[in-house]
Amino acid sequence: MAEEIKKLKVTIDNITIDVPQGTTILQAARMIGGEVVPPAMCYYTKLQGSGGKCRTCLVEVSKGSEADPRPMPKLVASCRTGVMDGMEVKNITSPKVLDARNGVVEFLLLNHPLDCPVCDQAGECHLQDLGYEHGKEATRYEFKRRTFEKHDLGPYIQLHMTRCILCYRCVYTADQVSNKRVHGILSRGDHAEIATYIEKSLDNDFIGNVIDVCPVGALTDKTFRFKNRVWFTKPVNAHRACKCCSGKVTLWQRGEEVLRVTARKDQWGEVEEWICNECRFEKKKTSDWVIEGPTHVSRHSVISQGHYEKLSKPAETFSKVHDERKPKLLMDIHSVSEVNDPSIDLSVIKGPATGKVFEQTKKHS
Amino acid sequence: MGQLTNRSRTLEQKPLTFWESLYLPAIFKGMAITFGHMFKKKPTINYPEQKRPFSPVFRGLHVLNRDEEGRENCTACGLCAVACPAEAITMEAAERQPGEENLYREEKYAAKYEINMLRCIFCGLCEEACPKDAIYLSETFAPSDFTRKGFIYGKENLLIPHPIKDKENYEVAKGQREQQIKNK
Repeated sequence: MAEEIKKLKVTIDNITIDVPQGTTILQAARMIGGEVVPPAMCYYTKLQGSGGKCRTCLVEVSKGSEADPRPMPKLVASCRTGVMDGMEVKNITSPKVLDARNGVVEFLLLNHPLDCPVCDQAGECHLQDLGYEHGKEATRYEFKRRTFEKHDLGPYIQLHMTRCILCYRCVYTADQVSNKRVHGILSRGDHAEIATYIEKSLDNDFIGNVIDVCPVGALTDKTFRFKNRVWFTKPVNAHRACKCCSGKVTLWQRGEEVLRVTARKDQWGEVEEWICNECRFEKKKTSDWVIEGPTHVSRHSVISQGHYEKLSKPAETFSKVHDERKPKLLMDIHSVSEVNDPSIDLSVIKGPATGKVFEQTKKHS
Repeated sequence: MGQLTNRSRTLEQKPLTFWESLYLPAIFKGMAITFGHMFKKKPTINYPEQKRPFSPVFRGLHVLNRDEEGRENCTACGLCAVACPAEAITMEAAERQPGEENLYREEKYAAKYEINMLRCIFCGLCEEACPKDAIYLSETFAPSDFTRKGFIYGKENLLIPHPIKDKENYEVAKGQREQQIKNK
């Protein structure tokens, strides 16, 4: 008989689970699921070496292991600490942890511009969720927030360095998923920034995935920039036969327009399968894709406000009871409204729409 | 089935007495009440000539606000639209171009902003949701009309006049509310 895989017993917030050796506390907590899972801003299951940077996943280890039951002296980063047999971990049951997490969130938001009304990540931003759950209502910071010189990363990816929390996920993604990395973190401390040193556009294949891994709005899709708010678009699962990737994506639609294409994400907000740049940036037509159905969105997310998932339209009964006569349309909204004009297809515009795009149609009508 | 309340009474139907069957006394009594009202204070006013002050919490037609320099506050964040229970608000955003800094306050602005006044219920949730101080319910009524067409209010109807170039109308649009609160 082959050697049995040794299982370790770990207790997180009084819930005991057996996990294989080499599991981290965070992964063990995710196996339990629910409220005991510490939030993670920098750790990413699919990126090797990620984690240990943001400190939001701090937990208290009240009992080191069965062999050495002393508690760990300081709070530990759960994404980087492996479990030991008989370990006891406190996450939400420890006031120390919650207090420390409040502090970490305050530090993360210290230099954050809080331009959520402008930011395209709003609605699916992990920092927004984290701030909502753990943050304070006001800032105690009185000084000027740090700013950076604008850095252009090419036609696909928009960089907003002021929003960055330096999680390094995009650096690991470029290293491990795409074939070449041209961007990295320059300078140190407060001056540290994501850049390419010499102005260079990120256009190697699979580099679009940095948009999906970014937990904040620092790296966003330029082809989706300002086109619509995330929660007004309809997420549907779709796939296509792609030569270089799995082709399994989520389309974010408005009507029949595909405004944005992203990879599918699991319940921890992590990408299920990486997708290539062609799928993400070039295929902006519904006819390019085979649609599977609405994406499942947690009902705690603002994106679920459209209720697309379980939407069932009542059948039209008017013509049935009125001898096949169609109901009389009193006013076609497009004849009066300038919003959502059928003659403008936002999905085909490469970058963000400008005033000119909308002016042209005004003359047209 | 038992009674739900104890307030129900059985109706007594007695035949009218002679005095009641004359009707005239009751009629004169009613006329006297009507006549008496002529000498009382009128609760109504002659509306278009006379106007009542608005309550400080009155919610009328919307205005889109500008800052002191006359730049539009709205960034098309969509929070008013998502807060709107009647789904009356729609918008389309655009990126501010170099040279437009004096028109819009932030890098993103609402190129189109529409409120369907047929749908609007004047609940004021848009005002509450706005993070940019951009939308307010003013002290004006929605006018009546015979057709539906005039009720789709675009930015040209909603934007407050420019505070520097058109100061007079700006003050009118701002309304009396601020002053009222100050006086108190």
